[in-house]
Amino acid sequence: MTAADVYAILPLIVLGGASVVVLLGIAVHRSHSLTLILTLTGLVAAFLLLPLVSIEAPRQVTPLLVIDSYSIFFSGLIIAASFIITVLSYSYLSQQRGHREEFYLFLLLATLGSVVLVASTHFASFFLGLEVLSVSLYTLIAYSRKEYGIEAGVKYLILAGLSSAFLLFGMALVYSELGTMKLAQIPTSLSNPSSGVSQVFVLGGLALIVVGIGFKLALVPFHLWTPDVYQGAPAPVTAFVATISKGAMFALLLRYFTVVNIHNYPSLYLAFVVIAIASMFIGNLLGLLQTKLKRLLAYSSISHLGYLLVAFLASGPLAAVAVAFYLVTYFVTTLGAFGLITIMSNSDRDAEDPEDYRGLFWRKPWIAGSFTAMLLSLAGVPLTAGFVGKFYLVTAGIGSALWLLVIVLVVTSGIGLYYYLRVVVAMFASLPKGSTIAPAMRISPHFTGALAVTILVLLLFWLGIYPTPILRLIESMVTGFS
Amino acid sequence: MILPWIIIILVIGGTLAWIAGRFGPHWPRWISLATLGIHFGFLLYLWIQNYSIFTLTTRSPWFALFDIPWISQIGISFSLGMDGLSLLLILLINLLGIMAVACSWNAIKDRVGFFHFNLMWILASITGVFLALDLFLFYFFWELMLVPLYFLIGIWGYENRIYATIKFFIFTQVSGLFMLLGILGLYFVHGANTGVYTFSYFQLLGTKLPQPLGFLLMLGMFLAFAVKLPVVPFHTWLPDAHTEAPTAGSVDLAGLVLKVGAYGMIRFLIPLFPKDSLSFAPIAMALGIIGILYGAIVAFGQTDLKRLIAYTSISHMGFVILGIFAWNTIALQGAIIIMIAHGISTSGLFIMVGDLMSRLHTRDFRRMGGLWSTLPRMGGAAMVFTLASLGLPGLGNFVGEFLVLLGVYRVSIPAAALATLGFIVATIYSLWIIQGAFHGRNTEGWKLQDMSSREAAIMTTLIAVILWLGIYPQTVLNTSLPAVEAMQKYAIETQQTIVSPQISPAQPLPIEGSITINTGGKP
Repeated sequence: MTAADVYAILPLIVLGGASVVVLLGIAVHRSHSLTLILTLTGLVAAFLLLPLVSIEAPRQVTPLLVIDSYSIFFSGLIIAASFIITVLSYSYLSQQRGHREEFYLFLLLATLGSVVLVASTHFASFFLGLEVLSVSLYTLIAYSRKEYGIEAGVKYLILAGLSSAFLLFGMALVYSELGTMKLAQIPTSLSNPSSGVSQVFVLGGLALIVVGIGFKLALVPFHLWTPDVYQGAPAPVTAFVATISKGAMFALLLRYFTVVNIHNYPSLYLAFVVIAIASMFIGNLLGLLQTKLKRLLAYSSISHLGYLLVAFLASGPLAAVAVAFYLVTYFVTTLGAFGLITIMSNSDRDAEDPEDYRGLFWRKPWIAGSFTAMLLSLAGVPLTAGFVGKFYLVTAGIGSALWLLVIVLVVTSGIGLYYYLRVVVAMFASLPKGSTIAPAMRISPHFTGALAVTILVLLLFWLGIYPTPILRLIESMVTGFS
Repeated sequence: MILPWIIIILVIGGTLAWIAGRFGPHWPRWISLATLGIHFGFLLYLWIQNYSIFTLTTRSPWFALFDIPWISQIGISFSLGMDGLSLLLILLINLLGIMAVACSWNAIKDRVGFFHFNLMWILASITGVFLALDLFLFYFFWELMLVPLYFLIGIWGYENRIYATIKFFIFTQVSGLFMLLGILGLYFVHGANTGVYTFSYFQLLGTKLPQPLGFLLMLGMFLAFAVKLPVVPFHTWLPDAHTEAPTAGSVDLAGLVLKVGAYGMIRFLIPLFPKDSLSFAPIAMALGIIGILYGAIVAFGQTDLKRLIAYTSISHMGFVILGIFAWNTIALQGAIIIMIAHGISTSGLFIMVGDLMSRLHTRDFRRMGGLWSTLPRMGGAAMVFTLASLGLPGLGNFVGEFLVLLGVYRVSIPAAALATLGFIVATIYSLWIIQGAFHGRNTEGWKLQDMSSREAAIMTTLIAVILWLGIYPQTVLNTSLPAVEAMQKYAIETQQTIVSPQISPAQPLPIEGSITINTGGKP
């Protein structure tokens, strides 16, 4: 490992170092705001290092990690999202009793795991990143111990453990046949007929890996944990699970199957088509039945990952741009939605009943207006980021003539509209005279949370009206990658 | 540079109105009126500058064009253009916008600022639809229009508004996505043919489409336009949305939102897919005739006055689709006149129902009767609009329907004959309105205050415009003629690139006999 190698992975080292500093900081002096500042400093430092590191890109650092434009782009996205979540967590934890500081430690570790995931080119680093992420999430999900916190944490622990086992077994099968754990070598080993490779084992292994990935992405039929965990976890953690954890995994999936061309495996391709269609239908149909806001957003995220798969299955540079851009819009929108739930929550419970939001627009127009913008973005309405994102997905799908998938996308997103609009309707409903105000409406948001949400709203409109600069960035990233 | 300002002024006006709502309810109203005044100034300037009674000029049909790159990575530009057709429809937006503000002057009492914000944004996005010459931009405005309309009906509407708005939103959004599929299919085919990936209208004209893809893409776009128009199997959102909407919302829906469907067909559907849409013409025209008769017959069975008028809209829009798919100059001119005249007469009727509701607190037709004795002025105004609606000569609708029938007759005599039946049923429901509401015995003993001067001013303006359209439609026809001819020329050019080069541009599309299509010499 040369000095240049160390330089290339500096952002990772900084993130790791920051978590050690936070750990020691808590031991020396327990202070909520000090911990926040340390965490944010670590994240900002790691983020600022990314453009410097990109001079060295692309660079393979040990067989495990690669620092290229692709991993730098997604690391930036993850770290920025983590920054927003940290700020939201401060606003959320300020109202909580008990120990709050360790929360940030796990947040940093989970971020580190995600960054490792997007940079991994090897089964070992893939698994390491995934476990660092998952183990931190077990704790974070059960952190607040409100109504369903422990239940959600245990549920996630068991199911994530199971999916890791599937993943490991899949990796082992692939390794036993191909004798390599490097992602880049899998296709060459496969195409070499003299090696006597059993296609069945390799395909089986790949399928098991897909199960592991599908669990993290909450794709149907591996989605059963999603609503409970979304509901039980503290709102900022739910935001983490919904965005960073899924985004990192999706980035890995895209990288993995750009190396292993999915079109060479018709059965695997078919499996993804079925998963995509099932996710779009189940996510949107079951979303209709939900009454709790966080559960509703859980099903919404299932369907959004299904939409993403449409672009994923469409190949070519346009598809990669579509996936990356859609992930950005999905991050902004989902963080915004959970950020607003965070702002509305108080020390007893998270604001997740429709009653908490009834008539909100007439009392807190800014909060309700922002929430409406986020929901309309999830529904894909113009002026918001979601519109351009969905447009790109459909464009990518049609560009590869995936008519069936695109038509399913159209029809199911029509179904999904209904539940987004139901929340909007509640916010704009007028309160009957003399009714009591829901408790969630009495609190005034902490300024850090309000600031984070304001930034997200501005980003949402910026991406919806003038996405050209971000698209240029993504395009240069994609050309550097493929 | 004037074109973007036609949209921006409404956006700014709406935002200011919202902010000013904090200072008092009158502020948003006056700001909206002032905004629309400036908007009208822009339009008048463009109209006077380009209006010519000598329509045989060889000048470009486009009064103004505007183009800057937007999302250049995939060939999207912010491209606007105005010709006679857009100008007339935007003038209609302006007129009905002013009427919508005026008729909600006293009716809307709470959240006045946000109400006017939504109203102005609806007008802005519809203006955008009529100006967009980039297919992505068109789709953008097309979808944008839904959101403020959704709020307008969802907040200030009547009892069952939530159901109505969600139904309306889902219908239009899903159909809009099908249009997006059509646009994108065209985009990729054009890109594959020429290597230029663009959403620009002028460049996409003349794209060679393989079959059956071209037909399917055309159907996708047709679906979106048909839902908005609405064409009969896709109309069910309209009566609900109308019934639950506040008066201003009904005015916007009937006067403007329905027109974007017809506009889309004239501007985009047929010029971009001439061959496919004309092979679809028999079905579309049949749907038009079904719409004319079905709308009228169902209207006759309604007891809710707003619902009744909504169904008559469906009937009138049947004439529009008939005229568009006949696709000759006379029929198209007729369709444009109907679009404008229907916008005015139906808005007049909706405003009248709104005025009646504020007095009677019911829309139930059966509880009215004998109102003429207590509301003579309103009765007179209602009489004019219903007569316009049944197609009385001298009023605008007659001119339009007459021209459409004339144009359709040249394409298909049976279609024209069946459509004529529409006049008979229209007469029945129109007289039914007048007899049921204003004549007969005043069973409930209503004693009401007649029209205020504000209400009278609204009615007078609308009546004046509809009389003008009926007596001297030439102003409108001269304005729209170059645009209509240009659209036909685009369609022929597009078709030429597909079929054969031997169609002389002077001749309208070669349609002969009973809606069979002769493709320029070839069988």
